[in-house]
Amino acid sequence: MNKPQTMLDKLWDAHFVAQRLDGRNMIYIDRHVLHELHAPHAFEQLEKAKRGVRRADLTFSMQDHTVATKPGRTQSTNPDGEQFQVAMREGSNRYGIRLFDLHDPEQGISHVVAPELGLVLPGATHAVPDSHACTVGGLGALGIGCGTSELEHILITQTLAMKRPKSMRITLDGTLHPYVSAKDLSLRILSLFGASFGRGYAIEFAGEAVRALSVEARLTLCNLAIEMGSRSGFVAPDEKTFAYLKGRPYAPHGAEWEAALAQWRTLPSDEGANFDKELRVDCSELAPQITWGTDLSQTISVTDAVPALDGDAEAVTKKQRALAYMGLDPGQPILGLKVDRVFIGSCTNARISDLRTAAAMIKGKRVASGVTAMAVPGSTSVKRIAESEGLDQIFKEAGFFWGESGCSMCAGGNGDRGKPQERIVSTTNRNFEGRQGKGVRTHLSGVEVAAASAIAGVIADPRTIG
Amino acid sequence: MQPFTSVTGVAVPLLQDDINTDQIAPVPTQRSLKPDYKDLFFHRARRGADDALDPSHVLNQPQFAAPSIFVTGRNFGCGSSREGAVWTMMAVGVSCIIARSIADLYRENCLQNGVLPIELPDHVADTLEKRIVTANGAEPFTVNLETQLISGPGGPDIAFEISHADRTRLLEGLDDIGMSLKHASEIAVWEERARSASPWLQRALRSPDTEPAK
Repeated sequence: MNKPQTMLDKLWDAHFVAQRLDGRNMIYIDRHVLHELHAPHAFEQLEKAKRGVRRADLTFSMQDHTVATKPGRTQSTNPDGEQFQVAMREGSNRYGIRLFDLHDPEQGISHVVAPELGLVLPGATHAVPDSHACTVGGLGALGIGCGTSELEHILITQTLAMKRPKSMRITLDGTLHPYVSAKDLSLRILSLFGASFGRGYAIEFAGEAVRALSVEARLTLCNLAIEMGSRSGFVAPDEKTFAYLKGRPYAPHGAEWEAALAQWRTLPSDEGANFDKELRVDCSELAPQITWGTDLSQTISVTDAVPALDGDAEAVTKKQRALAYMGLDPGQPILGLKVDRVFIGSCTNARISDLRTAAAMIKGKRVASGVTAMAVPGSTSVKRIAESEGLDQIFKEAGFFWGESGCSMCAGGNGDRGKPQERIVSTTNRNFEGRQGKGVRTHLSGVEVAAASAIAGVIADPRTIG
Repeated sequence: MQPFTSVTGVAVPLLQDDINTDQIAPVPTQRSLKPDYKDLFFHRARRGADDALDPSHVLNQPQFAAPSIFVTGRNFGCGSSREGAVWTMMAVGVSCIIARSIADLYRENCLQNGVLPIELPDHVADTLEKRIVTANGAEPFTVNLETQLISGPGGPDIAFEISHADRTRLLEGLDDIGMSLKHASEIAVWEERARSASPWLQRALRSPDTEPAK
């Protein structure tokens, strides 16, 4: 009998092309999705070197990072974004790459669009010049974020040269309570193990709590793998995955669908496969989570207090710095802190299920006075579905801004930013200093805490607002 | 790519853990396809609330105005894939980063640009950091990739580890794409095999009945 293999083994071996002089493995990239922030530089390099794109037919372009969210937007609504969007359009046309342009009915954040179009498939390698490429691991793909030089390398060779990652399995046990979701799982893992424990590994998320998640929630879970230090995180595909993909525009169909399905069923890690590292977390008593500091390991339950200044000198210095930036005192409760803004959006939490969850919580209520609340759908398709269900009306009647799709406030690359010292509850993926604007104090949470806080005007526990 | 053999120059200590790409190269208020990477270098971190350069910040001190070696803590370069976070280092003259650990993506981006990433175990980093803080930019340090030694004032040479493959790549200035194109025929063979084994992966075609709503 063959040695039991992990899913990572199977994915890696199936994509191994060659070993390079420098010891790196060249692995084949099945789908390469570009965005306008980093692709223009690579296009320019290609032109200088007079090199072409090997597989334009497996490459797709998105406009997401710099696009305005204002209704009726054009490419110049965000004046800084125009040069990126124009360069993206020119480069994509020059190399024959299908572009989901600003007004395309399927435009959106690449990590949201690729799954919904079936561009991501189980067992596939999927590279994006963005660290949150790991998101698509929720469908059982190996998502790999890459740099700009690597992007150029993929355009020319359709491969990426990497060290083979080690394998880690994180098993999440238990059944989640209402108002606790995939984002809380990721944040909990970060609070337990820190923001770099995944360096050098690809993480497989497994266990009862993961199996119970919808496909969209699994995308949220995998989105934060990079924050754990891993370039890739994934969930083995199952019947939910297949049901999600069936009939998607770029998914295989007809006889090919059956053949693909048979292969996809062989992907999960074999019984008895050996992982380089195994972690286990009981999630049965998990409460909604929120970050209090300036990295994602600085996470607590929403009912907990901000940590006291304990630990060694180094830990104290780090906490002091984060507390000062966040305008918090050690030991103070996080519930009840006044909030200036709420942002629901990004590749982490802007799929239709996220918007449905938030809308159900705010329906018939009003955003607290003094709070600026934004809801930005992850894709134009998500926006269209939401509007067909009347969710846009619920958001607008509650006092939310309802915008066009894009990355928006996640990194503020489109001009959507907070003001210094503003406190934001945000469903995005990074709470770094200055990430959402100079001096902005970001608290990351799932949509449940964000929606509850928008209505309460303070950081709130969704279980008591419901 | 420019080969890297050794560097001699000022070593600047920014001794914090988890310095992320938003700190190293923040998204500028005015975004440009061709940003000034020198200006971007820790742009916000080096400034106070009033946007003026904070003279007490180590990166603003005159003796560290032209650093060659950047010394830092754990998980350096975590966050985004943006290669600008390496280009900004190069723009101010840094060609070697010595850390207790470096984020995977950032480390790859360093290698792509001929910047030497060194990871030191804690007990070695403790010693080196002390010596670099004591030197305070007054005397240079040398990092030699051929001998895998760090030398400078305040003590004996310090050895560092790097994989043979990464060392060769930097020493010879091997062109990343050139190295891979040597395997062009293997890429073609792989594609041929995949076309029959998993044809849906070698084609990304839209099903005719799934045209988008207008």
